Formats: sequence, structure tokens, C-alpha cells
Amino acid sequence: MFKIVKKRQLNSSVVLLEIEAPFVAKKAQPGQFIIFRTDEHGERVPLTIADFDREKGTVTIIVQTVGRATKLLGSMNEGDSIRDFVGPLGVPTHFGDAKRVAVIGGGVGCAIAYPQAKALHGKGVHVDMIAGFRSKEIVILEEEMKAVSDNLIITTDDGSYGKHGFVTNALQELIDAGNQYDLVVAIGPIPMMKFVCQVTKPYNIKTMVSLNPIMIDGTGMCGCCRVHVGGETKFACVDGPDFDGHQVDFEELMRRNANYREMEQEENEHICRLTGGVRTNA
Amino acid sequence: MPNMSLTKVPMPEQAPDVRNKNFEEVATGYTEEMAMEEAKRCLNCKHKPCVSGCPVKVRIPEFIQCVAEGDFSKAYEVITSTNSLPAVCGRVCPQESQCESKCVRGIKGEPVAIGRLERFVADWYMKNGSDRVEKPASNGHKVAVIGAGPAGLTCAGDLAKLGYEVTVFEAFHTAGGVLVYGIPEFRLPKEIVKKEIDKLEALGVQIMTNMVIGKVLSIDELFDEMGFEAVFIGSGAGLPRFMNIPGEGLVGVYSANEFLTRMNLMKAYLEDYDTPIRKSKATAVVGGGNVAMDAARSAKRLGTENVYIVYRRSEEELPARAEEVHHAKEEGIDFQLLTNPVRILGDDQGHVTGIECVRMELGEPDESGRRRPVEIPGSNFVLEVDSVIMSIGTSPNPLLRTTTKNLEANKRGCLIADENMKTTREGVYAGGDAVTGAATVILAMGAGKTAAESIDAYIKSKS
Repeated sequence: MFKIVKKRQLNSSVVLLEIEAPFVAKKAQPGQFIIFRTDEHGERVPLTIADFDREKGTVTIIVQTVGRATKLLGSMNEGDSIRDFVGPLGVPTHFGDAKRVAVIGGGVGCAIAYPQAKALHGKGVHVDMIAGFRSKEIVILEEEMKAVSDNLIITTDDGSYGKHGFVTNALQELIDAGNQYDLVVAIGPIPMMKFVCQVTKPYNIKTMVSLNPIMIDGTGMCGCCRVHVGGETKFACVDGPDFDGHQVDFEELMRRNANYREMEQEENEHICRLTGGVRTNA
Repeated sequence: MPNMSLTKVPMPEQAPDVRNKNFEEVATGYTEEMAMEEAKRCLNCKHKPCVSGCPVKVRIPEFIQCVAEGDFSKAYEVITSTNSLPAVCGRVCPQESQCESKCVRGIKGEPVAIGRLERFVADWYMKNGSDRVEKPASNGHKVAVIGAGPAGLTCAGDLAKLGYEVTVFEAFHTAGGVLVYGIPEFRLPKEIVKKEIDKLEALGVQIMTNMVIGKVLSIDELFDEMGFEAVFIGSGAGLPRFMNIPGEGLVGVYSANEFLTRMNLMKAYLEDYDTPIRKSKATAVVGGGNVAMDAARSAKRLGTENVYIVYRRSEEELPARAEEVHHAKEEGIDFQLLTNPVRILGDDQGHVTGIECVRMELGEPDESGRRRPVEIPGSNFVLEVDSVIMSIGTSPNPLLRTTTKNLEANKRGCLIADENMKTTREGVYAGGDAVTGAATVILAMGAGKTAAESIDAYIKSKS
């Protein structure tokens, strides 16, 4: 069992959890992920590691409570324990020798973009960070991101906070203003990562994306998370989750991620009616 | 007086059209009377050919005599002195090519039903026997086992009986390996696997789940920081192969590992478990091994109307056990033999709509000695299916060999180990599918047993 030692609600549907997992904390690297399962009946769900504290033996995850498993996790409190927490999985991020980087986060993806910016900033790399949200109410981690970037631009789709528009508009403006990046890191919803890649492609700026396909085991034994990258089949759980965005078949990834959408919706309605989101047989 | 019947006492089974709608065990097992009657068919041969066919050397005639006399407790003791998982072996071993293939009674008529008797004894003991296990005195030596599948569990059980402090590191949240994620409930109830594993824990074997060795700890750390004196690798062959034909990225294409893991480990077919699985109208399972049979029969039980086995050779070459093929046919699985997929077709939503296949004929034998299948030009046709399960084999996961120094593998990615299960690195032993590539449960158990003997000899030689 893995104890929740800290819980912080970042916005109405995004929660930060610090979890006691000394083995994972000892080995975790930026870019890696964990798989959790709340209880015996639960699903295995992957989440990228947002932070870790080797001395305290804790791992921080930031989760958007969108489906049954994440709602169950989000409903748990400090002192509660979850059944399974396995990691660190996947390959740590390799930034190479980039000197000037644009780190782009979309929505809850900022939770993953933030540690990347932090790692780069810590290495003395110039970091411009663009964080995009639908509207003002869901902005998360603003102070944290500000602290690890040379320049933070917040965008909102509806213009209720920061710059009006999408992250891609902000990135295009930075490029047009003459900023030369040798790496762009984009983490967020698949369409966002896809459009960022479309912006960077004509300039040939290397663009790294962190993919989020459906996973079961996360150790390379089922291929559920397979993606096509440069025409080759890759398993995101062992070959990724970071890939060269210009090589990724985003359309296929989007289709595959929608595989269980109808079932999930049914489940969500079902669970809301019966238990208000909390399992009773757990 | 021996029972001179030429045939085995029949195994009671659920009727095909009943069982293909439920997940309960197909074969329901012998009664005490049936078991005693079958046991009397054993001639108690002096040279015991059956034992030589058993990878873990169960003292077969001895336990069968106990059954014939109605002393089931004693029979259990005899079996478990060499076999840690009898309820599993009695169910999933291919006895026809092992113990029973050597049985003298099989020369004229059917061999003695050794597997069914082993299963009977194990089940009887679970119900009626004592659940008290004597924990052996510790000898103070620590051994780490990587992987809680049949190889690792057997090795751990044997070492624990010798007094070793054994820790098993398992990547999944449940121990059992292929016994829990691969083999379906209707062939091997998970409750039985759990009880067998509980017994190992009572012997003192410590099982740590959620531990992916190679990620969370390296083999070096097991030795240097955690103080283990030897390591056994039983990490299996879990990496699925795909055919690399067009359409494998479509929605509705599964590897057999994914499909079976969702079904068996995550219990996706049960409503009160959260993991989803697609409900299909028609499914093509590509491949002809036991895993393909398991996937096809599971798909049928999910309510899939048409389930096809697509296999490129003929019935004779099917690698699955004859019994499984027979069961699958009875349950209504449609065998498309001498048929090979060319591509998977999808609609504009990216969902599977069919699988284009080509008919094959058998040509000259290839290097494996089997006749090579050759395409018949122009024989292409489409099977209309909305899901495809690829079951064309697996290979060992590269995680351990890529994170461990001096641990060598062959070009197929299988760890190199000698006949004593010793790898190229001192103190590290390996066995089961991690060494052989995908094989059988009982061969993995045999390897685990041999490795336990080697590890015992190695540690004794050092101290």
C-alpha cells in the first residue's frame, strides 16, 4: 500500500498528490511515469511523475480527475493509501545540449512540462515557457513555472487571463520576433502537440513530445500503447514516452485513445448516479 | 487387481454450448470414486517410464498407489515433495507429450490419466487437507528471484524448503505470471493459483509486487545493496510480436497479451471491475498456439458471434494442445487453416472492418522441419471482423539484459544459460521462457527446480 502524504487541489478538476513510494522516489528521473491502481477492482492508469523527493521517499503526481479511476484517486485524502504504485517506468528525458528551449504545456500537461523546464533551467539553459489553458479558472502552477523559466507566457483560449489565443499563436510570435530555439518541448493534449509540431516543422526546430496512449502494464508486455513513429511501431511505455514530434502519427494516436470513450462515458454516468464518484465496494 | 480398461475414466465437463457462455472451469474434475478407479489402471511398473517424462520428476506410480488406496493426503505429500504447484500442473501440462506419453498402458489403449489424478489430489487437499505449513528453519542465506511466474515460484519454493530466505520481485500487482494474466479462468481458476501462492508464502517466500527489476532496482543493487547472494531470473517472454502488416495500428487490433491481460488479470469481463474491453461481433485470432486458443475461447465467452482462428499451416502443424483445439472446435470456433493475413482493413474512423487473407499450401520442409507454407496467388479474400487478436508469439523483454552487465543473450534475445541454469554472470541463474523463449509452464517449472539445486550448490560452495 502507498500512502498519500500530501494533497493539494490545484483547480476544480486538477489535484496534486504526494505519495510515499521510497523505491520509486530513489530512481525517478524527469520524463518517467508511474502506473497506479487505487484498489482491487481498479484499472491500471499511467501518470507522469511531476516531482520526487529522494530523501523523503515521496513522488508527486498531478492528476486531472476526468474518469472513474482518476476521480476515485482524487476523492482520496491525506493519510489514505492506494493499492498499487509502480515505477519509475519509461525512458528519462534526454535534452541533449540544447542552449535555448521553448517548453510548452497545455492544461494539465503543464504539470509535466514544469519539471522539464525546471530540469533545463537548473542546467543553465535559457527557457521560454508557454502555458496554455482554456480559461482563467483552470490556470495551475503559475508561480512554479515562473520560477523556472526566463520568460513565462500564459495563454487562455477565451482571453480571460494572460494572452488571448492558443499556445501555437504565442510560439509563432516568439519565432517571428527572432527567437531561435534549438529545442521545443511540447506536453499536453494530442491536438496541441500536433499543432505545435506543425508550427516548428517549417523551421526544422527539433520538437519533443510526451505521448499519452492507453496503457495496461507499462513494462512492454502488451503493446496497447503502441504508436507509429517514423513509420516504425514503438511501445510508448518502454521506448518513450518522449518522441520526436515530427515523426509521430498523431491521427492514429488520437483514434486509438478514443477506443473506450463510449464505455468510459457510460461508466461515468453510472458511477455518478450510484455513488457520486466514490466506489462503495472498495 | 488392476483395472484393465483400455480407456481413461472420462473427465466430467461442462457441455460445450453451456460453457462457451461462462468463465467457469470447462473440466470439473474427478470424484473420489473416479480417481480411485482410474488409479487402479496404473501397473506400478518397476522402471517408472512416466517419471522420466516429467520435468519436475513427480514420483508418479507412488502417488497413484496412494490414490488407489484412498490415502489422498499421503498422495499429496508424495507429489509436493517434488512439485510446488500440483493444482496448476494437473490442469495445464501437456501430459500427452510428457508423463503420459511414456506410460506403458498407452502402448495398447489410453495411458493412465496422470494429469487428472494429480489435479484430483491437489484439489482434494485444498478442500480437505491441513492448511498448516511447516516453515523450515532459516539457513541465513538470501536469494532473490525476479519474476513470480511458474519458473520463479518453483525456484523460490524449492529454495525456501531448503531454508533460504527468498524474496520474489514481481512487476505486476499480482504474483503468478502467465498463470494469472495469460491462462484464462476457464482452464485455470485464479483462486487455485492464489491458494498455491499462499502456500509458498507460508513457507517463508516473500513476494514483493510492483517491482520492475531493471527500473526500480538493478541486479547489481540486489547483490551489493540488498545483500542477496544469488539471483534467479524467471522474467519470462512477455514481449508480443506483431506481423508488421498494414492496419495493425487500427482500433480493435490487440496483441493476445493485451487481450488476455485485460480479461484475466484485470477481469474486464466482470462488471464490477473497471478495466474495459471491446465487445465485438466477429474476431479473428491470428496464430495456432495455446495462447491463440485461449484468446479465441475467451472472445467467444465475451459474446462474440463469429470467432476465427487464422493459421497459415494445416491442422497437423497446429502448435496448440490437441485437447485445446478439440475444446475450441466444440465451442464453435471457426478454424481458417492454411490462411495468412495480408492486411487489416479499417473504416474512416480507423476501426477494424475486416482482415484480408490469402490461402496457403504446404511446400518443402523448412529448417524447422515443418513444411513451409506458400501463398496461392490470387486466392485473397476478406473475413469481416471488427477485432483482430495477434497471437503469433512473444520474445523475452529486453529490460534485464540491457540493464545488467555481463549478462549475455542470444540473437533472439533469450538469456544464455547452461544445463544448470547458470548464466554468463557469476551468481546469476535463469530459466523458463526468459531462456527458451515462449514454451510451457511445466518446462519453466523444471528449469526453476534445476536452478534451485544449482543455487544451493553454489552458495554452499562459497560458505
